Amino acid sequence: MIRFDDAVLRYRGAAAPAVAGVSFEAPAGRVTAIAGPNGSGKSTLVRALLRRLPLERGRIALDGRDALAIPQREFAARVAVVTQREEPAFPLAAREYVALGRYPHGGRWRTDRAADDRAVSAAMERAAVTDLAGRRTDELSGGEWQRLRIARALAQEGGALVLDEPTTFLDVAHEMALFELMDGLARGGMAVLVVSHQLNLVARFADTVVLLHRGVVAAAGAPAEVMQGPILERVYDWPLVVTRDPAVGAPSLVPLRVRRGA
Amino acid sequence: MRSAHPLLWPLLVVALAAVGVLAIALGAVPLSPGAVIDALAGRGDANTVAIVRGLRLPRVVLAALVGAALGMSGGALQGTLRNALAEPYLLGVSGGAAVGAVLAVSFGASSAGLVPLAAFAGAGGAVMLVLLVARAVGGRADPRLLLMAGVVVGAFANAAIMVALAGAPPNTVRGALWWMMGSVSGADWGTVRWLALYVAIGGGLLLAWARDIDVLALGEDPAAGLGVDVDRAGRRVYLASALLAAATVAAAGLVGFVGLVVPHIVRGAGLRRHRAVLAGGALAGAALVVAADVVARVARPPAELPLGAVTALVGVPFFLAQLRRAAA
Repeated sequence: MIRFDDAVLRYRGAAAPAVAGVSFEAPAGRVTAIAGPNGSGKSTLVRALLRRLPLERGRIALDGRDALAIPQREFAARVAVVTQREEPAFPLAAREYVALGRYPHGGRWRTDRAADDRAVSAAMERAAVTDLAGRRTDELSGGEWQRLRIARALAQEGGALVLDEPTTFLDVAHEMALFELMDGLARGGMAVLVVSHQLNLVARFADTVVLLHRGVVAAAGAPAEVMQGPILERVYDWPLVVTRDPAVGAPSLVPLRVRRGA
Repeated sequence: MRSAHPLLWPLLVVALAAVGVLAIALGAVPLSPGAVIDALAGRGDANTVAIVRGLRLPRVVLAALVGAALGMSGGALQGTLRNALAEPYLLGVSGGAAVGAVLAVSFGASSAGLVPLAAFAGAGGAVMLVLLVARAVGGRADPRLLLMAGVVVGAFANAAIMVALAGAPPNTVRGALWWMMGSVSGADWGTVRWLALYVAIGGGLLLAWARDIDVLALGEDPAAGLGVDVDRAGRRVYLASALLAAATVAAAGLVGFVGLVVPHIVRGAGLRRHRAVLAGGALAGAALVVAADVVARVARPPAELPLGAVTALVGVPFFLAQLRRAAA
């Protein structure tokens, strides 16, 4: 379980903190989603997990221990992060790329090759990218690349998976497939923490939604509690209505045109 | 995706051995390959043994060490800085070394021992300056900042050299220019020994950090997510690479293009993990510089061409062929 306690994060030289006292938890076996407008502090939380930004105040805990006190490699063996952007400087074969997920488990010179091979194969199968093994990373489609990155994260064999906007640039089918994959991983016992703009997908797949607004939690809870017209209208500062999805009954957000009647 | 040919490693070793023997065989007194191998083993005519072991072998070994160091340095920097154009000379190392050497020459240092020392000090100073500039601007060792700081320090060094040489007597200018074009003609076992030490230390460290470089090549955030302390790992790879390059500059002057082109050659041959890229780069770089030194000696006897010019002449076609393949 990943837990943020009153986290305050500030970029160097910024007058106001980007995250100003956020608390929530992402328990095992659940999909926890962080949503909110651009600049609300979602990715900043991920940067803190990556230790790219120091906590000004508060605490991040992993299974009750201070997460930032855990050596970085050990942390990577327990929590895998799929960052927003990633591009290998030089193309790799897809399987070689997934094998980089074994980095936190290996020593400088020695690695357990058999265990690595097994983990890589299993991860690729789980993310449905086995057939891409020999392809070049720079020749994959957007959907293939995202799935491959998740396979790399799964090869880390941690109990938690953090994804920052994993469905940007993906079409409807690939978006759905990715959320189904996250759902399956959570059902399998992983703690899945996903930062996403896709409120309607989040409403269908997440167990808990943490809605951020200007660096603080505007609402948190089950999708139906958070996805309420007045809350979302205030946070996004845009006229909208929340309806029920006709097919599955999940709350669904419909933003309105500004002109009346449109 | 194409993987390295199973015979690539034996081929690299054989190529290096072959150009090595060829380099020893060619010279004012040409020798047959058989005679070279006999002389290396200490058999045969005493004069031949003396020529081979005392004169030609140290030169070949020095050229090989220079090439190995530059090949590894370039491979490590390209991966860490995520830039296919990164190479030790782009990062201020050569500029700083040249300033050191030119200053030593213009203050009248003629002894062969002092110029390399000054060059090494200059390279070290430039590397520190690059790290300080990058840190002052960005607060941490961001690869883009390192690269830009390196270019800036290099440009400043070049300007300083031109200013220093503008008022210098022709002999000084000629000496400085010759040094800047690179050469292994002054090779002796003493130089070989200390360069070998630096190559062993710097190269050993880079090989130990090769897995970090694999991960750093994905980008800073993904690397951090995989458990690498990005700033620390990047900085120490940069320092070890710069140390390697600075040592070669002190030993043989500026031998350009090797650090840039060799990693591309070995990656083009299908090596992708950095431990393989670095080891392959060491072998390929060694073979390339030894071959270039042969060309430098035999092209226009009795005069020698500058080694740095030849490495560029030999390297450019390789590089173009590689580009063509990459684009295909």
